[in-house]
Amino acid sequence: MDAQLINPFIKATLNVLETMAFIKAKPQKPFLKRDNVAKGDVSSVIGLSGESKGTISITFTEPCILSIVSNMFGETMSQINNEVIDAVGEIANMISGQARQVLEGKGKVLYAAVPTMIKGKDHTISHKTTAAIMAVPFKTEHGDFTIEVCFED
Amino acid sequence: MPLDLNMNVLVVDDFLTMRRILKNILKQVGFKKMEEAEDGAQALDMIKNADPPFDLIIADWNMPKMTGIELLKAIRADPELKHLPVIMVTAEAQKSRVLEAVQAGVSNYIVKPFTAETVKGKLEQVFK
Repeated sequence: MDAQLINPFIKATLNVLETMAFIKAKPQKPFLKRDNVAKGDVSSVIGLSGESKGTISITFTEPCILSIVSNMFGETMSQINNEVIDAVGEIANMISGQARQVLEGKGKVLYAAVPTMIKGKDHTISHKTTAAIMAVPFKTEHGDFTIEVCFED
Repeated sequence: MPLDLNMNVLVVDDFLTMRRILKNILKQVGFKKMEEAEDGAQALDMIKNADPPFDLIIADWNMPKMTGIELLKAIRADPELKHLPVIMVTAEAQKSRVLEAVQAGVSNYIVKPFTAETVKGKLEQVFK
């Protein structure tokens, strides 16, 4: 996978969380992920098609997503309920949209499917292809989350 | 038409998160009457049967059953509804999408993610 493909997703992630939830996240060192077990407690996955076929996912630890959604809604969320799960899908949707806009500017047009959401300890994330999975962990003062990007070459 | 905070507003999005965020912002602006729909088909039905009628539609693009762009085209094709202001709020920021919405007669276009200030500014542009 072209490593440059992941940068628009990192920038979009930072921008979406800062704009919608007023949370500054710090990206950590990307790594190649070898299994499909999620690092977080709730995830969203979006299939991408067009000039490349791939998948992006985002997985949040519970304290992290509860802080983010509390800020987005302007009220305290204390458990991962349907409203929080819905918000994870919308966050993934916004990251996908913004990253695809940047990639279109570089001549790569991609289309996104509707996000799916998964909840639970040690749940798995199924990427659409068997290509390498690039993972980028992020730290926030409220907890961690990870994005994964997987594209066929 | 000037901005009137007694306007009847319909917020259309398949994600309750976005309906909730938009309604919170509209409340901050001072709007009092807001309803919501989960997709374009439900929205069109509500718009055609609303009494009093809706004065502003804020709609997502990607939705099941009927998309936001299909809803916009249906509104513009209806002689009774064609002047209804429609603002699209969408993660689809590509130029081709914006152009398609402009050609279909969108009143304004908000790209997600957005701040409350962005939404207020776009409302002021529509109702200046």
